[in-house]
Amino acid sequence: MSTTSSTTAQVVNNRTAVARRQMSDAAITRLFILPTIILLIVMNIFPLIYSLFLSFTEYSVIANAPPVWVGLENYVDILTDTRFWHHFAVTGRYALASVALQTVVGFGLAMLLRNKFKGSPLITTLILVPMMLSPIVVAKFWELIFSPSYGIFNYLIGFTGINPNTAWLGDSTLALWAVVIVDVWMWSPFVMLLVLAGLSAIPEYLYEAASIDRASGWFQFRRITLPQVMPLLLIAVLFRTIEAFKQFDLVSGLTGGGPGDATQTVSIRLYQLAFGDFDTGKASALAYIVLVVIIAVSNLYIRALNRAREG
Amino acid sequence: MATVTSSPAPPTSNQPGYYVNYSTRVDKVGLRPRIATMVRAIIAVIIAFIMLIPVFWMGLTAFKSRPDAVSVPPTLLFQPTLEGFVSLLTDRRQLTAAELQEYQARDDLNWADELTLLRGQVIIGQSQFPRQLLNSLIISAASTFFSVTFGVLAAYAFSRFQIPGKDDLLFFILSQRMLPAVVVTIPIFLMYKEIGLHDTHFGMILLYTSFNLSFSVWLLKGFIDEIPREYEEAALVDGYTRLQAFRKVVLPQAVTGIAATTVFALIFSWNEYAFALMLTSNNARTAPPSIPEVLGTGGIEWAAIAAGSLAFLIPVVIVTFALRKHLLRGVTFGAIRKG
Repeated sequence: MSTTSSTTAQVVNNRTAVARRQMSDAAITRLFILPTIILLIVMNIFPLIYSLFLSFTEYSVIANAPPVWVGLENYVDILTDTRFWHHFAVTGRYALASVALQTVVGFGLAMLLRNKFKGSPLITTLILVPMMLSPIVVAKFWELIFSPSYGIFNYLIGFTGINPNTAWLGDSTLALWAVVIVDVWMWSPFVMLLVLAGLSAIPEYLYEAASIDRASGWFQFRRITLPQVMPLLLIAVLFRTIEAFKQFDLVSGLTGGGPGDATQTVSIRLYQLAFGDFDTGKASALAYIVLVVIIAVSNLYIRALNRAREG
Repeated sequence: MATVTSSPAPPTSNQPGYYVNYSTRVDKVGLRPRIATMVRAIIAVIIAFIMLIPVFWMGLTAFKSRPDAVSVPPTLLFQPTLEGFVSLLTDRRQLTAAELQEYQARDDLNWADELTLLRGQVIIGQSQFPRQLLNSLIISAASTFFSVTFGVLAAYAFSRFQIPGKDDLLFFILSQRMLPAVVVTIPIFLMYKEIGLHDTHFGMILLYTSFNLSFSVWLLKGFIDEIPREYEEAALVDGYTRLQAFRKVVLPQAVTGIAATTVFALIFSWNEYAFALMLTSNNARTAPPSIPEVLGTGGIEWAAIAAGSLAFLIPVVIVTFALRKHLLRGVTFGAIRKG
């Protein structure tokens, strides 16, 4: 660059360089986001538009007939079907129970690991292992653990006096709880991780001031710890709520929706509708209903997320 | 020209979210708090132990024989055997009594043959599992490569330039991750059937790339946001073009972020089950949907399932330890950072 001999030439050269650079900034922006945008359009927007169309038709992917326009019939069918509300109720119960338990357990774990001790980083990482595992593999080995005759779950709780022959996955009320137990096992560490981050960010002087004022431990927890951790806890809860609502892998691996339809979450029902009955039109309609619910929930989530980013 | 830049990263204490504890709490010096910490440590260790029982149990089961795997009461002490791994990796056939005697008389059998012979079976070939594991590897690696590459580019553009409707676009990108897999899969399934991508490696790579892209754009944007703009501006003043500045200044600074994103994307596609279940059947089937299908003649082959799970989980556990500093950031899409 410094090889040009005359100063005027250099000025001109610099000017064109600047011009070129400014032009290329816009070009680079386009170039850089292009692959992402194209992939989004091809893999998300187009398929979603296509399935919106299909949701108004009667169509089966395995039949050799073109889609037949039926208007809102699929939606009406689904929304007036009592079974549909059953699936939403199951999903809601599942989400509520597992997220509530995860919050409590995760918070407890975080409080335990809050003060560093020798080996605490190792313990923390060990506790985090479950959430990194493949849910379907997790479901499979919990199925072995839950086995009524030879599973270790019954064996271990046998010591507490509970009937040691409980068929956790075969009982229509217990099956959902069994899935909740596995979900809590897997995802409490997630809540713990976020709460730990929140705890480490609380300025120590708040506690010092409280100690000087002789505030009780409970008071400190309620008035300092809890409010300070709240934003991160909220994110953890929203994150887990969305995930619980989507839940497919664990339920599919543990119970497959059974016994009967006791653990048939919306995702499982949708899967059966689309890939079991091959009722593609109706499945698309149900998918759209789920979509609307999820978008509503994730909007909430994004807002909380942005607040946390700014704060 | 020479003044540009491999200047060291700024001290971490400048980063947001980093807190230095300048004070020592008076009440921590006493005996009671020390005992409290010790009690908490002990409880934490016990809980960690309890939480790992399922993983530990699966690890044990992988080395159990068929009767040991389903023994009542469950047994901790047993003769370890590789039977589960052999069942996982081979296809076998039950022998008749006459055949069994004939086979037992032979002396050209290797240890795996001997092992299956104990169950009255003979190995008739390799199972699908090694191929499915290879499929998992190919699809995860390729999709990770593409999603991180495209992700870095998009993240840089989103981080540094004015893009109309940027926030909406970013939200839209993230929202792809919020949808249940089944919802996304129905139209993709139809599209793939139509254009012949169903059950192909390319189809799965394409899907996982777009699935991971939303994650990598968000995570990488967070990392790139943290690189001071001044570095590039200095490079631009020194006559670098934007592309050169990106390559020689931004990328080296973002290496940690890129590495963390890569590993997360790898884990996501490695673990993914729902898409693979619905969009592959034979040719491109990955390991996760196959593990539940390892069924033996007469009852579930728990040892084989456990062996498959173990082979599948070990890389993830190792990676979890390698990633532990970035876990928080990764699982929250880069929303929350710690110093």
